[in-house]
This record gives sequence, C-alpha cells and structure tokens, in this order.
Amino acid sequence: MDELLLRELTPSVIGVLVRRGVDFATAEDAVQEALIQAALTWPDRQPADPKGWLVTVAWRKFLDAHRSEVARLDRERRVEVEPPPGPTETKDDTLQLFFLCAHPSLTPTAAVALTLRAVGGLTTRQIAQAYLVPEPTMAQRISRAKRTVSDVRFAEPGDLATVLRVLYLVFNEGYTGDIDLAAEAIRLTRQLASMTEDEETAGLLALMLLHHARRPARTQADGSLVPLTEQDRSRWNTSLIAEGVAVLQKALGRDRLGEFQAQAAIAALHADAQRAEETDWVQIVGWYDELFRLTGSPIAALNRAVAIGEADGAKAGLAALAAVDPGLPRHTAASAYLHEKVGDLATAARLYADAARSAPNLAERHHLTLQAARISQALRG
Amino acid sequence: MAKYLLLKHYRGAPSAVNDVPMDQWTPQEVEAHIQYMNDFATRLEGTGEFVDGQALSPEGTFVRSDGEGRPPVTDGPFAETKDLIAGWMVIDVDTYERALALAGELSAAPGAGGKPIHEWLELRPFLGAHPTVTE
Repeated sequence: MDELLLRELTPSVIGVLVRRGVDFATAEDAVQEALIQAALTWPDRQPADPKGWLVTVAWRKFLDAHRSEVARLDRERRVEVEPPPGPTETKDDTLQLFFLCAHPSLTPTAAVALTLRAVGGLTTRQIAQAYLVPEPTMAQRISRAKRTVSDVRFAEPGDLATVLRVLYLVFNEGYTGDIDLAAEAIRLTRQLASMTEDEETAGLLALMLLHHARRPARTQADGSLVPLTEQDRSRWNTSLIAEGVAVLQKALGRDRLGEFQAQAAIAALHADAQRAEETDWVQIVGWYDELFRLTGSPIAALNRAVAIGEADGAKAGLAALAAVDPGLPRHTAASAYLHEKVGDLATAARLYADAARSAPNLAERHHLTLQAARISQALRG
Repeated sequence: MAKYLLLKHYRGAPSAVNDVPMDQWTPQEVEAHIQYMNDFATRLEGTGEFVDGQALSPEGTFVRSDGEGRPPVTDGPFAETKDLIAGWMVIDVDTYERALALAGELSAAPGAGGKPIHEWLELRPFLGAHPTVTE
C-alpha cells in the first residue's frame, strides 16, 4: 500500500468535505477514520481511484457520525436534520488547509500538531512518537487546536509567513522516532511551493533541501556531531543540493529577497565548496549582512562574526563578536572557536568548557567537552 | 518488577574516587566514557529493563507562588552549595539486588586515565501502584 499517496490525498479530501458543508473539525475526524480504514483494506486491494474512494468512505464516516448524533438529538428534541448534500468539488483546497492549520490564533505547538495531522495525514500516534509525548497528550493538543479554529471561515485569506514558520519548526525538530520530521517538512513545503509563486516559500524549500543534503555527513554512527569543516563532503546528497540551488536561483531571480532566501544562499555557498578551504566566506559575510538587515536577528549577527573570522581572520571575527550580546546561546562557543584560531589556547579551553556547561543538548555538550579536552591536552604537551 | 530511579549529581553527592573534571580528560577518554554510557543504556533496552533516561542542564531556578494575582517569586541560579541533579535513568528490574548491581556498573564508567570514576549515584525505589491483591 502506498502510505505516502494516502497522506498526500489527505488535505484535498478534507477540503472536499468542508466544501460540502461539513465543519473542519468533523471533516478532519471523518478523513482520519477513512485513512485508518484504507490502511486496513488497501494492502489487499488498492482502489483504482484512491481519492474518490477516500472521499466516499470519509463521507460515509461523516454520515454515520452525523446520524448517530442526529438520533441522539432526535431522542432529545425530536428534530429531523438532513445531512448537507452537495457535488464533489474538483477545486483543491490544500492551500486553504495550510492557512487554517497555521492560523495566527494557534500557538506554534498547536499549529505544528494540527498541520502534521490535517495536511500531513499523520496519525496522532505517529505525531506523538515524533515529539516524544504520550499519545493522549497529543490527542488533546490536536482537539484543542481544532476547537480554537472552529470559528475561522475556511475560505478566509491566510498568511503564508505563518505557514512557513510552522514548516520551519517541523523541519528543525529533525527526527527522533520512526517519523522523519525533516523529510515530512520538505514534502509539505514542496507541496506548498507547487501552489504558490511566493519567493520565500521557494527560499524555505531551498534552505531545507540544502541542509537535508548534508545530513548524512553531520553525525557519526554514535550520534556525535561532525562540524561543517570536518564533514566528509562526498557524503553530501548532490541531487538534493542541485534541486535546492535551482529552486533558490529561480526565487532570487524575482528580486524579492527575504530571510529564508538569504539563509538558503548561505547554505548554497557552503554546498558549493568541494573542500572546506574553498568556501567563499566573503560572499557568506555579505549574505549575513543581508540577513541581519532583513531580520535584525542577534543570531545572524553572531553567525556573521564567525564568518568574518573566516573571511578576514580570527582577530576581525573577535572584534565583530564583541558587538554581539554575550548572553546569546552559542556566543561562548563561537568565542572559544575564534580564540583558538588567534592562538589563545588557554582562553579557548576555558571557554569551550564553559560553553559545554550551557549547551542546549547532549550532542553539543559532548562536542564542546571534546574540544576543551583536545586543547587542554595540547597545552599539557 | 520494581522501578528504580538512578540519580546522577553535578554536586551534592560525596566526591568520586577518580574526581577529575571532564574537560581535563583526553579526547579519547571523553569518547570512551560516552560510549560506555550509550552501551549501558542500549544493553538495558536489550534486557527489557530500561524505562527512561534524561540529562538536565545545570542551570535552574527555584519558583514559588506569591499569592493570587501576583507573579511567582523566583530564586536562583542555584547556590554553589546546593545539591544539583545532572540526570537520571529509570530502570524496571526484578530485585533490589539487580538495581544495586546496575547502579554499581554505571558508577564504574571510565574517566580520567581510562580508570573507573567510582562516582556516587543515588538509587531510589518508586512508590508503586497499590496491588490488586492485598490479603
């Protein structure tokens, strides 16, 4: 059975039900039930028209639920309600569904969960596993999210920027369980990019593809981090890089720069270097300037200082870093790196040890501890 | 089966026998230590005794209510004298003896000079569910 096909069809089937007058929350439930039935019956016999099958079954699930609800109301109030009829729509409402699931009234956590279920077609159990929370917790999160958007008109114009932020969050979560969230984020962003001419959507897709291309080289088998300069570049996925660069070039050609395009441009410059020494750091500094101009983000300023350290020497990098808020995450690690490059090993070792203590995850802590240990060993001779 | 919590402390426990800070080890010793910890957890998964394991950041804050309608009171970062938990592992084992043996093994993770750290770990039994049959 083609599970991916099922998941790809999910948003458009929800759209059909909503167009027939079913409210979003009920439609979403009905389609989830149809997906579960498909998972049971398709392995034996996949229908010739998968989408038509899903629409029919989801509609029947809705009617069943509706009839039992009507029967209950009937017993209570003796009122007859007919299910709303309507023709099958050919228009695809996937984009509307993206907007609804990333609606500004939702918290980022809620928007992520709802997007993965209603647009991504993942089950609650799969989403719960991916985010390492109990299934009932994730089920509550999703049903609360559905209640939050229950008053939103489906056809209401949405904001692509909020959708992009949700997809970027999913991508950055990476992969912890059976579900590869990075790959899922790419699939959804590809789908979104195919429905819009928006440059930043293309920029985000390019950024994801270029980062995903490096994933095989980013960690060792035991999970330890390999920094960019030490990665085995023959393990980078060249077809993903080619796709990312092509998507980015097309977007940049339209001359409406945004933060995702700028970040993707930096990733593309790294991907372009066959060896770490060939990296075009001068251009990278230029893109960090753009990024900082666009966002004012202190993290862009921090990364810019590191890039200056490569382009103009570690001393210049330290001077640029001095202007950046020292309370920023990874500031100490960047400072340690630049101090080692200017040859101040004692300071570098101390800063690496400090950075390890405030590292946000175990992989980074191990990496930074190893750097401190390596320099301390060199100092002992 | 009974569940036990194994607690590792940044400070507050008696000093380990091989008490050298990690950034003073050689890179090989750091790697060997991490490998040992990973292998330990993997082996316990294999025996069906592993439940959960997490590491905690050394940064933290005390928080308490200051009454309705007022923001909570905070105190921190933790004072240097405070007992500070570094992380935990939850195991589900048949006997107390097995829990002791596993905690001992974890405490012997290699450290500086490749020698066992012999650090103190805290072993705490869970208060379990009320049994169905009590008489």
